[in-house]
Amino acid sequence: MVTQQAAVLSPEAMVEEFEKNGVTHVVTIPDSETNYLYELMKEQDGLEIVPTSREGETFGIALGLLVAGKTPVVLIQNTGMMESGDSIRGMVLDAGFPLVMVVGYRGWNRHGIITDSAATYTEPFLNAFRINYYLVEQDADSTRISTAFEEARATNRPVAILVGDEYHGFNR
Amino acid sequence: MIQSADVFRVFQEHRGDAIVIPTGTSGRHWREFTTNENRDLNMGGAMGQTTSAALGLALGLPDEKVVLFDSEGALLMNLGILATIAGMKPENFCHIVLDNECYATTGGQPVPNAQEINYAGMAKESGYSSAYSFDDLEEFATNVEEIMQATGPVFVAIKVVPEVENEPIGMRVRPPTRSRAETIRDLRSELGISAD
Repeated sequence: MVTQQAAVLSPEAMVEEFEKNGVTHVVTIPDSETNYLYELMKEQDGLEIVPTSREGETFGIALGLLVAGKTPVVLIQNTGMMESGDSIRGMVLDAGFPLVMVVGYRGWNRHGIITDSAATYTEPFLNAFRINYYLVEQDADSTRISTAFEEARATNRPVAILVGDEYHGFNR
Repeated sequence: MIQSADVFRVFQEHRGDAIVIPTGTSGRHWREFTTNENRDLNMGGAMGQTTSAALGLALGLPDEKVVLFDSEGALLMNLGILATIAGMKPENFCHIVLDNECYATTGGQPVPNAQEINYAGMAKESGYSSAYSFDDLEEFATNVEEIMQATGPVFVAIKVVPEVENEPIGMRVRPPTRSRAETIRDLRSELGISAD
């Protein structure tokens, strides 16, 4: 009997996309779900991790890094993204710099009823801020990350990556 | 308490080539004293987050001194940033809080527990390299060079006289200033950072 392994998004694929797009800093709040990614990122030469105390900080820090000519990404959970509304408005949307925000899609699933309000309001939140987004669930989707970087650079706007595999590949 | 303008007048003599980020009602006085506008940066946009942006700038430009003039109202909106800054240990970062104990721009309502908070104490216990408090101009003037030479992150809390605004926002007269985008453009040009 053959057991089919579920397709997952590996942290290595995410880091590879960061490297491909010249990411210099990952501004983040570590959490248990993305711990393996955090550990992997710490090992990468040329990739500096900036741990923060609250998600709203991440967008201001990213703006400062962008002004300095660096290429940061923000790595947070959807709950923190919603807490960060005014920072996203004032420090990203109004500033006119390209920024990819990688957002853990807590509560999302493809196979059943979504009961976690964190997931329920994630896409409406992004739509309200007119931020385009791409869902990434497995390694085969990882090219969408480069698509997001290209779009951010072309538009000088934020673009979100929703990581739909938050409880799976990153937490092996 | 010290007049904010006097703080800036004294600071200017010790500024050197530092990038200066003024914020808040008190911060407007910096325009009266700066002699290098290309290194002055407006990073406002979301109250409390200018501190975050200043940290990002300091991390991205480790060879440049970055001096932030923050306000206590803004800091209270984002207190966790003290731990974030202390954790990153930016040696080139000087964080000065002008504490007028109130929200001057909305009519002077006091910030929570305005007269009892020890901001320098919080910064020091968060892990800043050093922290200072001043409510006397001469004392600040005596120490400002040491502050500018100290290894960061350095925190300075200064009690300043509130300059309360009560006019409706639409009736307030403001001198023309460069926009955030213009100050970013000028600083990047000054530092040779290419605009993407």
